[in-house]
Amino acid sequence: MLKVDNVGHTYGHGPGRHTAISGVSFEVAEGQLVSIVGPSGCGKSTLLRSIAGLIRPSEGSVSLQDQPVTSVPDGLAVVFQDYSRSLFPWLSVADNVALPLRRRAMGHAQRRTAAAEALESVGLDGAGQKYPWQLSGGMQQRVSIARALAYRPSLLLMDEPFGSVDAQTREDLEDLVLRVRADHKMTILLVTHDIDESVYVGDRVLVLSRAPGTIRDDLAVDLPGERDQITTRESPAFVHLRAEIGRLVRSAPEPTAAAASGTADGE
Amino acid sequence: MAVVVRPARLRRLGVQILVLAAALGVWEFATVRADQAFFPPPSTFLPRMRELWFSGPADHAFLTSDALANFGPSLAKLAAGWAVASLAGVAAGLALGRSRRLAQYLDPLLQLGRAVPPATLIPFFIVVFHLGTTMEIATIAFGVVWPVLLNTMDGARSVDPLQLDTARVFHLGPGQRLFRLILPGAAPKIFAGMRVAVSIALILMVIAEIMGGGTGIGGQLIVAQRTFDLPAMWGSIVILGVLGYLLNTVFLAVERRSLRWYRGAKQTEPL
Repeated sequence: MLKVDNVGHTYGHGPGRHTAISGVSFEVAEGQLVSIVGPSGCGKSTLLRSIAGLIRPSEGSVSLQDQPVTSVPDGLAVVFQDYSRSLFPWLSVADNVALPLRRRAMGHAQRRTAAAEALESVGLDGAGQKYPWQLSGGMQQRVSIARALAYRPSLLLMDEPFGSVDAQTREDLEDLVLRVRADHKMTILLVTHDIDESVYVGDRVLVLSRAPGTIRDDLAVDLPGERDQITTRESPAFVHLRAEIGRLVRSAPEPTAAAASGTADGE
Repeated sequence: MAVVVRPARLRRLGVQILVLAAALGVWEFATVRADQAFFPPPSTFLPRMRELWFSGPADHAFLTSDALANFGPSLAKLAAGWAVASLAGVAAGLALGRSRRLAQYLDPLLQLGRAVPPATLIPFFIVVFHLGTTMEIATIAFGVVWPVLLNTMDGARSVDPLQLDTARVFHLGPGQRLFRLILPGAAPKIFAGMRVAVSIALILMVIAEIMGGGTGIGGQLIVAQRTFDLPAMWGSIVILGVLGYLLNTVFLAVERRSLRWYRGAKQTEPL
């Protein structure tokens, strides 16, 4: 359903320019949950923003359901890392979730109901009348997930969604994503710098190299669909896979190292 | 928000009243000692104020016809000038804040307009609008529009880029973007501008009335000065001070209510 074809992006011009990603190609099938993992500064967010249509990549193309992405596609939602800045603090939680639904040709009552349902499915029933800043960080991120769910996207992009919450909350939210995905049959692309997380939630892990980011490897996660924070993480398959990805992320690959020093010389 | 008067707050209020009373005492003492006609003691001008303005019938809230004839129009002019300027300032500020090019093109003009002391335009407004209400409202509006406009511009410009991205991702329409994102996002700055505008509006109201001669509180002040009714003159000065304080207090209360989310969000901002 999603096709990323040879996408590259360079910020700026002349000697100060910075190539964030280059030659990234992959496809995502309907209903897959794909993790993208890579070291910090490898252009993960640039890639995600290109797919979301928030930036026009300088090279290559992105298409969603065979439609080229030139602006933000219709059936797409994003959960950003920085929930406190992506939610609107002047609107109640329910209003935040219901705000994008006006476009879905829903009446006021329908929007209310849809928002309440979405909040219930992330475990926030009854918090609708509160303001986002009255909730903890983890709960605020649940609100942004609810906002995305109520919108019923065909593709959900998550940009380091759990990067700003504590470890316990993070695990709860990972399980929430897995449950939501099973309930709503959504295609999800999740960007993270956390190797464990990429394996735990993913059907497939794309490993990005250091900037300029390219796909170093594309690994299938050979774990049962039903995941558990304790048992999955201690299973040999999990441990093996995370070690393999860890090596890929840490090691400086030959071709990209040359490319990176090339840009450094240029500066 | 339940209004609970805590002991600490009560004590603060008590001390504040004591300080005011002490200042009044010092004033009284100094002016009685000085014994100059130009500095009547509060014990002279306060009764004069009462006589002039606050000895009316109970069904007029004890305001005399003199008070009603002067305070009413003054406040109406202040409100009208302020409202016109606020509307124009917010509308123009939003447009300028969201369009970098427009702001760049108009910047010198705005800086020039802002730099002109509004009072210098009173002679011009007198020529154009003649003496009277229109001239006074125009003076107030011209002086007050700048802080509103520049603050709104600043506020509209500083709307969080991530919130704008969110609006793009979820395809919010132009109306939703304006009323649900940009206007509320800029609201803290807009309120700050409008609050400054209230105190400038009061100053310009008095100046316009003094120069326009005759009407309103400023008019009364100048008439009292010309007729050597110095207690009435001091009374007008005091009433203007009290009015400024009350307007600011009312505005602050409205602002607090409207920006409850802002204070809440600031207090709980993550590190």
